[in-house]
Amino acid sequence: MAQLILYGLIYGGIISLGAIGLTLIARILRFSHFAHGDMMALGAYLALLFRVTFGLPMWVSAVCSVALTAAAAVAIDRIFYKPLRRTSPAILLIASVGVALVLRHLIQLFWGAAPQVYQRGVERSLVFWGLRIRPVQVWILVMAVVIVVAVWLFLQKTKLGKAMRAMADNMDLAAVSGIDTERMVIWTWVLGAALAAAAGIMLGLDTQLRPAMGWLMLLPLFAAAILGGLGNPYGAIAGGMVIALAQELSTLVFNTAYKPAVSFVLMVLLLLLRPQGLFGGKA
Amino acid sequence: MDWNWSGIAGYGLFFLIYGGIYAISALGLNVQWGYTGLFNIGVGGFFLVGAYTSAIMTKGPDFSHLGGFGQPFLVGVLAGGVLAALLAFLIGIPTLRLRGDYLAIATIGIAETLRLVVTNEQWLTAGVWGIGGIPKPLLGTFGDAYNAFYAVLVLTAMVLVYFAIERGIRSPWGRVLKAIREDEAVAQAVGKDIFRFKLQALVLGAFFMGVAGALFAHFVGYISPEAFEPMNATFLVWVMLIVGGSGNSKGAMLGAFLVWVIWSGTEFVAAALPPTFGPRAHALRIVLIGLLLMIMLLVRPQGMLGEERQVSKLLRPAGGGRQAPADG
Repeated sequence: MAQLILYGLIYGGIISLGAIGLTLIARILRFSHFAHGDMMALGAYLALLFRVTFGLPMWVSAVCSVALTAAAAVAIDRIFYKPLRRTSPAILLIASVGVALVLRHLIQLFWGAAPQVYQRGVERSLVFWGLRIRPVQVWILVMAVVIVVAVWLFLQKTKLGKAMRAMADNMDLAAVSGIDTERMVIWTWVLGAALAAAAGIMLGLDTQLRPAMGWLMLLPLFAAAILGGLGNPYGAIAGGMVIALAQELSTLVFNTAYKPAVSFVLMVLLLLLRPQGLFGGKA
Repeated sequence: MDWNWSGIAGYGLFFLIYGGIYAISALGLNVQWGYTGLFNIGVGGFFLVGAYTSAIMTKGPDFSHLGGFGQPFLVGVLAGGVLAALLAFLIGIPTLRLRGDYLAIATIGIAETLRLVVTNEQWLTAGVWGIGGIPKPLLGTFGDAYNAFYAVLVLTAMVLVYFAIERGIRSPWGRVLKAIREDEAVAQAVGKDIFRFKLQALVLGAFFMGVAGALFAHFVGYISPEAFEPMNATFLVWVMLIVGGSGNSKGAMLGAFLVWVIWSGTEFVAAALPPTFGPRAHALRIVLIGLLLMIMLLVRPQGMLGEERQVSKLLRPAGGGRQAPADG
């Protein structure tokens, strides 16, 4: 049980990072970005490119991948989403489903469908108070906490972060008070995609890389974002933790294969009972 | 060059059968998205329910999965549609009162969950081994000409669905759906119970998707979870509707046949590539279809046909022209 909670916390950190970007995009760009999971996968595979193909150290690969994924997200926005933005959020949503499939299959085209890992070999688990944890998982936990704190500082203390929260809160008011909305859109993509790439790399470190890894993360990501109240980045973190713990603990009762369905069931229950999300936020 | 005529005729029949099955799905999606503006990104889920329901209902006893009902073909197909509709009803209740995105997320969720269920519940669906030996109606009667018979059957079903939808859409009911799509608040202000209308559109569209799934199962004779990957079962139908023209039933059918030709055409291209390219060719096909969708959305978002304008009889000039007079 305690072991499952530990795994839940690790997985929760990964989901939270993805869900922060999803929730900010949902609020600031006003559409549900269905390619977010596949952006995670893109980040994971770009890190693989630097790590295995170019043989760079893991942290350098991760930084390069985060930067490239952010650039890719901005490029996708300029080419596909921006011209569609004046139509309706519905069209954007469908376009993002298209982008998701194209990204996932481009990954399959370049890297193949077989699962891959950053580093071969088995790691010895460390044991603390009877809890097993692999060194790489310690890194994931530490990095997740560091990144979450950095995001919090960014949103609370910097001018850019404040402007972003203002836009998420009230787009018109933000525009009237002189915030350059088009510039903020670009920064939202940079932040969202960078976090997605970080989450994807962590997921790849924890398990392995598969082209479908991002698509499979989509439901937990949305569940976390909705649980936290769509548009609320801090809610998304809490939502990510709740979803991850629920998924891990569900294995005590249900078949492990149904883990992904847990987030879906939780989400539907929440939509029935409290559609504005567990932690306030505006529906 | 020596043409293989029987091969071409065979491809033509496949084209009619698969095109027709996808057209029924696309017609269903057109009711939901084209007319009412509901995002259903779980088309594959409803298609899957129709396929499995009909397979289980019509098969004789088989110990590898639930079965032994031995019902006739028509009962199976209708049961497939009804179960898909029931599923839509259940998913619609929590989501249709909320913003449109929630329905999209919920339908993806249900489609993925159903795929987990059919993969893991062996007693019900035989899991990854799939269900084989699904009865083909009147197989003995038609023998060699079976595909021709099945093509006629599918096209008949498609035409029936088409006329049923056209009739509904041209009625006051259809006008309410379009009003909801254009502006929910206005539809509500004139006293329409928009939740009920949306639920009806969702359920009706899902019924057609279930029927399409059942027709698919009886044609291929073998179904397994792999056949219901989101790409094949959901995304292709969306591309078909958008290419053909959403909000237009003829467009949905045109798009279905056209995109199926492109989709199966890319298979020939993939087959011509060196075998080492093998599994990657499939990925390339999907990238191409995805790009087709993006280009269509950017260049011609209304699709090839676009939506038909419907003008009241009272406004139409006596000559029967399509355009309303400038001065009313």
